[in-house]
Amino acid sequence: MSTYTTLASFAQTAGLLYFVGMFLAIAVYAFWPRNKTRFDEAAQVPLREE
Amino acid sequence: MSLWNKHAIFEKNSIVLTVGILVVVSIGGLVEIAPLFYLRSTIEKVEGVRPYTPLELAGRAIYVREGCYNCHSQMVRPLRDEVERYGHYSLAAESMYDKPFQWGSKRTGPDLARVGGKYSDEWHVAHLANPRSIVPQSIMPGYAFLARAEIRPEQVEGHLRSNRLGGVPYTDEQIANALTDLRAQVNPDSPHVQALQVRYPGATVRAFGGNPAATINGTVTEMDALVAYLQVLGTMVDFRTYDARANMR
Amino acid sequence: MVAFAATAMLCLFIASGSVDPAYSFHVYLFAAASVAAIFALGNRYMARPAMIPQEINGKPNYNMAPVQFATVAAVFWGIAGFTVGLIIALQLAYPVLNFDLPWTNFGRLRPLHTSAVIFAFGGNVLLATSFYVVQKTCRARLAGEIAPWFVILGYNFFIVIAGTGYLLGITQGKEYAEPEWYADLFLTVVWVTYLLVFLATLWKRKEPHIFVANWFYLAFIVTIAVLHLGNNAAIPVSIYSPKSYIVWSGVQDAMFQWWYGHNAVGFFLTAGFLAIMYYFVPKRAERPIYSYRLSIVHFWALIFLYIWAGPHHLHYTALPDWAQTLGMTFSIMLWMPSWGGMINGLMTLSGAWDKLRTDPVLRMMVVSLAFYGMSTFEGPLMSIKAVNSLSHYTDWTIGHVHSGALGWVAYISFGAVYCLVPWLWNRKQLYSNRLVEWHFWVSTLGIVFYISAMWVAGIMQGLMWRAYTSLGFLEYSFIETVDAMHPYYVIRALGGALFVIGSLIMAYNLIMTVRQGEAAEPESAPALVPAQ
Repeated sequence: MSTYTTLASFAQTAGLLYFVGMFLAIAVYAFWPRNKTRFDEAAQVPLREE
Repeated sequence: MSLWNKHAIFEKNSIVLTVGILVVVSIGGLVEIAPLFYLRSTIEKVEGVRPYTPLELAGRAIYVREGCYNCHSQMVRPLRDEVERYGHYSLAAESMYDKPFQWGSKRTGPDLARVGGKYSDEWHVAHLANPRSIVPQSIMPGYAFLARAEIRPEQVEGHLRSNRLGGVPYTDEQIANALTDLRAQVNPDSPHVQALQVRYPGATVRAFGGNPAATINGTVTEMDALVAYLQVLGTMVDFRTYDARANMR
Repeated sequence: MVAFAATAMLCLFIASGSVDPAYSFHVYLFAAASVAAIFALGNRYMARPAMIPQEINGKPNYNMAPVQFATVAAVFWGIAGFTVGLIIALQLAYPVLNFDLPWTNFGRLRPLHTSAVIFAFGGNVLLATSFYVVQKTCRARLAGEIAPWFVILGYNFFIVIAGTGYLLGITQGKEYAEPEWYADLFLTVVWVTYLLVFLATLWKRKEPHIFVANWFYLAFIVTIAVLHLGNNAAIPVSIYSPKSYIVWSGVQDAMFQWWYGHNAVGFFLTAGFLAIMYYFVPKRAERPIYSYRLSIVHFWALIFLYIWAGPHHLHYTALPDWAQTLGMTFSIMLWMPSWGGMINGLMTLSGAWDKLRTDPVLRMMVVSLAFYGMSTFEGPLMSIKAVNSLSHYTDWTIGHVHSGALGWVAYISFGAVYCLVPWLWNRKQLYSNRLVEWHFWVSTLGIVFYISAMWVAGIMQGLMWRAYTSLGFLEYSFIETVDAMHPYYVIRALGGALFVIGSLIMAYNLIMTVRQGEAAEPESAPALVPAQ
């Protein structure tokens, strides 16, 4: 019984933080203004070959 | 030199990416799978559930080999219509010795979790050999060839042993007597019947495949084994005495 | 070479002790393949070609022969797999077609169908495109000379072992993971080699960036390796027996199975094919992807969420409720990244929509994205427990799978193959765009027949199972619900037949492209050294 409740409350708090944190990290990385030029350049890769 | 340094960073990046993927992917799996090995509701033993007899195990291997799971589930969900159609909903403990599980994902044919004891052996033998002779609208393939195929005696023990390595509690005695038990279960006149029923409480002994002459001289057909397996499905737990609340957390 | 020789010896040793003729047959096949590999290596050593240059005239010397092989294999296995699908569809409508022989019964042919289309067709498409895309976007020759061939040939050998095994009754009985322990072990070796070739090519790259398609390929390769190892942990009865018992049992095995099963969908049939989308759609439309930033969010969100969704295959079973709820929640959340990816692909065409009118190949890929959007909406819907209580175990699931498999996976594959064949064989264009139109319309009609028949059949069957009379009794016996399916099974088979016809049109078109197409560049191009 106690194992279940401990596990459940851990999942409900740490799990929430984990996902919100990951989401924010990825969103910030993707939309960080300084990364824009790198991404624009990467998007051209398939069109520039040979 | 500077070019070399840059290159090293890129190499690292693909490793970082690989590791990142691994970490992300592992967390989800671990959280969902690991607790199942510890939570009471999934590992609790229920009175009556025992490892399969060698004959039933051989029948199960045929069930798997012929791909019965492609059309038949073995999982009664706790929904009103299913409980009325098939019987008590399935318990986790009832498949605790199933390697692999055969819950299935499609019901082209009916659920088989509680098919044991519902029909006679003769019904099963005739139905397996030619389903449309019994149920005219059936779309099931025929399995007459099972009655002509013999269970190979060489590896009966090996099957039990490999199950034990995977956690099924077969005893040394059960493994040593595997072949004797396999033959005894289809021959009610065998001197080994009593010992078999001590080793596997509740095991029924009959000429399941309906060919007593063959079984007496020691041959066991695939039909015998499959019918024995079907007849034990869902019958191990006595639901008149089963207390669902005992498992509540 | 030593390894292959050792394998051959080991195989002969095992064959001498085996009691199962089907298993002996497989062991001899392994021995024969090892001997063939030794000869191939020996030949290569004798011929001893000069060091193959990494670059010629400043251009990367791409290694396209393995890609060509995998492309041909994909078309071949595709047609074979679709045909087996048609046969089993007909068996459900007309059971006499089972012939009641062990090797032709539905139970053995259905895994043959699913494995042939997913792993043989889809797998070869992924091998071909990943080896193509990773070279082109890294501007580097594929790493290794023998390793890529080992991956391609080894993978196809695995498929032969798996497929013949099903017919002979060698199976683990786990859906989409039926091959037995020895085939699984061999696949592990092949797959690790695949990962190393892919990574080593990334390390050689001349581009500063790892293009996003490669991220998806990498996620697919890495995750499939993890899933394969987790779900196939089995103990063989003996080395003389093809049979093994999985180490997990019951509930745990169920959870492992659908963790594997759902992520085979998520990482094999989705991530891998999204990689194809991220390269081939921009390439064909001649415009960069709509939003590279969205593709990054798409990537991480997709792999984060997918891995959790497995338990929705086990709603209302003996799996604990919390796991079911978790699976349902993540399945619903998956809707967002899925549609993000679809929008990213579709919007790539903004400003170039007119190309859809003139380029049937591009149209095929765009329609595949529409199907992707449709089935990734339907999936979350079906993962809701209340909906699932109706849809599970019925043909609705089969319809859902095929709208994804035929509409999304097969169409994006056809699009990629239509692009690849002219590029790989140095042809200016396809033999006939009109035939592509025919392929497109015939198979689209087939898909529509297929999925609408399965919707009707599935929902009807689900409702019949739970129907009660006014007196409170179950209204239908099970066999009445089976009987009611017959007309829909016939329509489904018709849809499948149209799809097979479409793929035959494609094969003809591709063969004619290679045989009669006009060369795009002088034939001496170094990329076109034929397979040895």
